[in-house]
Amino acid sequence: MELNRTELAARQRIVGAIVLGVGLVFVFRLFQMQVTTDEWKNRAERLTEEQEVLHPSRGLCLDRHGELLVTNAPSYDLMVVPRFMAEVDTSALAALLGLEREDLDTRLSKARRYSRYKASPLLRQLNAEEYAKLSPELWRYPGLSIRTKPVRQNVHGVASQIVGEYREVDREDMNRDSRYRLGDYKGKSGIESQFELELRGTPGIRHHLVDVRNNVRNTLTELDSLPVSGNDVTLTLDLELQQYAEALMRGKRGAVVAIEPATGEILAFVSAPSYDGNLLTGTSRGAAYDSLSKHPWKPLYNRAVRGTYRPGSIFKMVQGLVAMQEGVISERTHIVCNRDIIGCHGAHTQDDLRRAIVHSCNPYFYDVMRRGVSRHPDLDKFDNARLGLGWWTERIKDFGLGTTLGGHIPGTRPGLVPDTTYYDNIYGKRHWTYRTIYSISIGEGELLATPLHMANLAAIMANRGWYMEPHLVRDIGGKGKPDALQQRQEVGVDAEHFEPILDAMQLVIEDRTGTGRKAYTRGITTCGKTGTVQNRNKADHSVFMALAPRENPRIALSVYVENAGAGGDWAAPIAGLLVEKYIHGEVASSEREARILDATYPLDPEFAETDMPVPPTNPTPAP
Amino acid sequence: MSSRRLQLTSRLDWVTLLTVAFLVVLGWLNIVSATAEAEVVWDLGGKAGKQLIWMGVCSILMVGLLAIEGEFYIRTSVIHYLVVLALLAAVLVIGKKVGGARSWFGVGSFGIQPSEFAKTATALMVAWFLSRDGRPWRTLATRLQSMALIAVPAGLILLQPDAGTVLVFGGFVFVLYREGLSGNVLLLGVTALVLAVLTILLGASESWYPFVGTSSGFWWFLVALGVLGLGALLLTRAATLPRFRKQTTIWGSILLVGSMLFSTGLHLGMEHILQRHQRERIHVLFGIDVDNPDADYNIRHAKAAIGSGGWAGKGWAQGPMTAYGFVPEQETDFIFCTVGEEWGFLGSAGVVLLFVFLILRVLHLAERQRSQFTRIYAYAVASILFMHFLVNVGMVIGLAPVIGIPLPFFSYGGSSLMGFTLLLGILLRLDAERFFVLR
Repeated sequence: MELNRTELAARQRIVGAIVLGVGLVFVFRLFQMQVTTDEWKNRAERLTEEQEVLHPSRGLCLDRHGELLVTNAPSYDLMVVPRFMAEVDTSALAALLGLEREDLDTRLSKARRYSRYKASPLLRQLNAEEYAKLSPELWRYPGLSIRTKPVRQNVHGVASQIVGEYREVDREDMNRDSRYRLGDYKGKSGIESQFELELRGTPGIRHHLVDVRNNVRNTLTELDSLPVSGNDVTLTLDLELQQYAEALMRGKRGAVVAIEPATGEILAFVSAPSYDGNLLTGTSRGAAYDSLSKHPWKPLYNRAVRGTYRPGSIFKMVQGLVAMQEGVISERTHIVCNRDIIGCHGAHTQDDLRRAIVHSCNPYFYDVMRRGVSRHPDLDKFDNARLGLGWWTERIKDFGLGTTLGGHIPGTRPGLVPDTTYYDNIYGKRHWTYRTIYSISIGEGELLATPLHMANLAAIMANRGWYMEPHLVRDIGGKGKPDALQQRQEVGVDAEHFEPILDAMQLVIEDRTGTGRKAYTRGITTCGKTGTVQNRNKADHSVFMALAPRENPRIALSVYVENAGAGGDWAAPIAGLLVEKYIHGEVASSEREARILDATYPLDPEFAETDMPVPPTNPTPAP
Repeated sequence: MSSRRLQLTSRLDWVTLLTVAFLVVLGWLNIVSATAEAEVVWDLGGKAGKQLIWMGVCSILMVGLLAIEGEFYIRTSVIHYLVVLALLAAVLVIGKKVGGARSWFGVGSFGIQPSEFAKTATALMVAWFLSRDGRPWRTLATRLQSMALIAVPAGLILLQPDAGTVLVFGGFVFVLYREGLSGNVLLLGVTALVLAVLTILLGASESWYPFVGTSSGFWWFLVALGVLGLGALLLTRAATLPRFRKQTTIWGSILLVGSMLFSTGLHLGMEHILQRHQRERIHVLFGIDVDNPDADYNIRHAKAAIGSGGWAGKGWAQGPMTAYGFVPEQETDFIFCTVGEEWGFLGSAGVVLLFVFLILRVLHLAERQRSQFTRIYAYAVASILFMHFLVNVGMVIGLAPVIGIPLPFFSYGGSSLMGFTLLLGILLRLDAERFFVLR
């Protein structure tokens, strides 16, 4: 196979073509890698760029006068970089940190599993004292460092249930919102949760270039952004009144809700027993949460909006208003106190509306509602009851009962106002008459309402026929209140009908025989009404609803004290003190005050009713 | 001798020399960036500084090489060759072990790699041997002897072991091809490559077999190869003239059986002779999933560095992948990653084309020679440069397996730079003498 010289010389082209071909393949491949796809670019960025999140400072919570309620305080996380921990005496470190040796080892190996080069938390949320103890020893441990992180601090330790918790996100939070990363915090309940988006602000980002050992080597400033602080939330609460209400309710179970009638703004909001929200941050959280959740009085349960009680006697005023508006009675209608049908108490025989409210006359309101639901002589008792209950339910719901009152307060329960469907389901259609359902006429039976509903009812009385949906937030970041919170909700009862009711409420407090005498305050025309919610086997709940001053109401409130007896004994004086404190700014009689402050149930899970250092229950409890 | 006085400056191929000088300067800039110590460039203890010393040494060496008459190289070819063989043998015994291979003589903080000089010596030797009587590729003895001249140093290097340099010796096939080696050998090479790729791909897959159960998919491939090959053979036989049939049958059978033996041998070699990490490297190259995340660490980071360069790159000494140690061996074998990251597509494609230009230029020099010795030597130079370029750049862009081999004139390393200076300096001197009487 001898080739001549020319043929061999031609082979240079083949060799040249191979070289050129390889070169072009390389150029093509480079084009593909560098220009057509971001795959490698992204991969390189994942390797070399690290983003440091600059946490914005969270918005503050202020009271209605701008007093600080919740602020941010530093806490300290102890961070560890495992690769520097190889030659560390772990037993000495365990002693320093106050941990068991095994516990420390577990934490260290967890950190090691996360990354040998990146810092991960060894101990979280040390407070300033713990940090001070630790910091002079830190130089011995090159792998340890401190990362400061703000935690929430409830300045006065009040309104903890309203403010809610701010704590570490869980997996679900991270799935829902990609902004949250492991170890981030967010509001988990109350205002903190409801206004999370406003409070949290916008985080800044600082971009770093890291080397293959994850040491920060450089920064990429052109991509950085600064954090934007969260918006401050101004609550409607009055810090002084809130603190006073919490003090009065200390050692008791129950609730206080006070509303500014003209605006629907909640001035004080207590669910007792209350607790200091600061307990639920930092290293103490676990133990504190445990004891709170196991406490027999259920301090974590927000009684003000979730406790549903039968409204009792207070409801009679609503009955009176609705009946007058419907023309069923007038303020001068007298009704015989016929105790054959329904029990009553006290000495009276034939009251008009005012007296009936003061005496809390059960037969009176039994008959008022009977008249209302039997207005069609051509219908039988079944259809009359259905028809009557139909309009009745609508009317009652206009007072906010059976609704969430706009739902501006998280967790608000609607309570219950039974309607025709409700009774149809229980008894069957045309199987119930007024005789079946009459107990609702005196606020008993199936009716249920929360302390918030009752405070709102007081606001309706104060405004003579309307209310604003009760709410806790006055302003967020200077944007003011949404329009929805400035809409009057009319209850559909003319203002003139409220005067006889208010007369009665004033009598409840000022009359010699009134049940709410303990709420009397010199110089303030307070209107009120006692309620006594009966309980099977246990003492009655003491309830009081009040507004003041009558001429130009500035506060409307409800007070619940569980298992404390008649409304006049405990709830009324508490309401009186709160009114005095709010209107006068101070309480004149320290004697009255001391009686309430000193009265406590024993904080004992095995507590017996008889041990209660509270005066004996009313011998003839009002139904 | 006046007729033979050489006007060196006018006869010298400045294009090649300047191209190479340009590559060296570019390479040095990238070494500075890759060693990320821009502030200590002038510290001669650093790598960039050391490279600067080597560049100076090699410039002087180049001048010296150009000053020596070509005749000297031709006459001393055999001596060079024998000295290099002796060094290659010696390094196996007294060499310093670096990275599992015994390929260095340690001299203080500098090291000398005899395999870098073996390429030049072998090129000279082959050129001398084939150009002895002016009829290079005539007898079988010549052919076998010339192959043996290449195989001996390659074998010694394989013992170090240094697979990359052995591969470079494979480039001599182009030299032999130019001098008369049958083109079928190249075709055979391509066929072997295709078979090898299929064998590796299918060998890593799993398949079901009657009576045996699950095993490597390779055995199905072998069956298919046999059946299809036999069918093709019978068809070809039927289509050939009767008087050629016997010949067709014989050669066809040899080819078929040879292919099957080659594939089986390769497969069994992959499974039983190669170490686990070597097998994984090959699997990574072919995109086969490897359990071990570290197996493709180097190449993943190398590709990320290059791919992140974009059109124009991140700028000199601005590449974080390079600066912060993500790319292994980034000043030597992976220097091209720095080019890709910091100079982008324009820069890296530019460097690729510069190499293509250099190799084609050397081929051009080869073909303009009247001297057979110079032509063969030039071909050897082109082949060596080409193999380095092919394997090195192919590796970092993920088209060739990870085999440590420097990029000529570009990578950090004194031996490498000196070796290539030697290789090229001799060529340039020989080329400058191209109008001398035929040798």
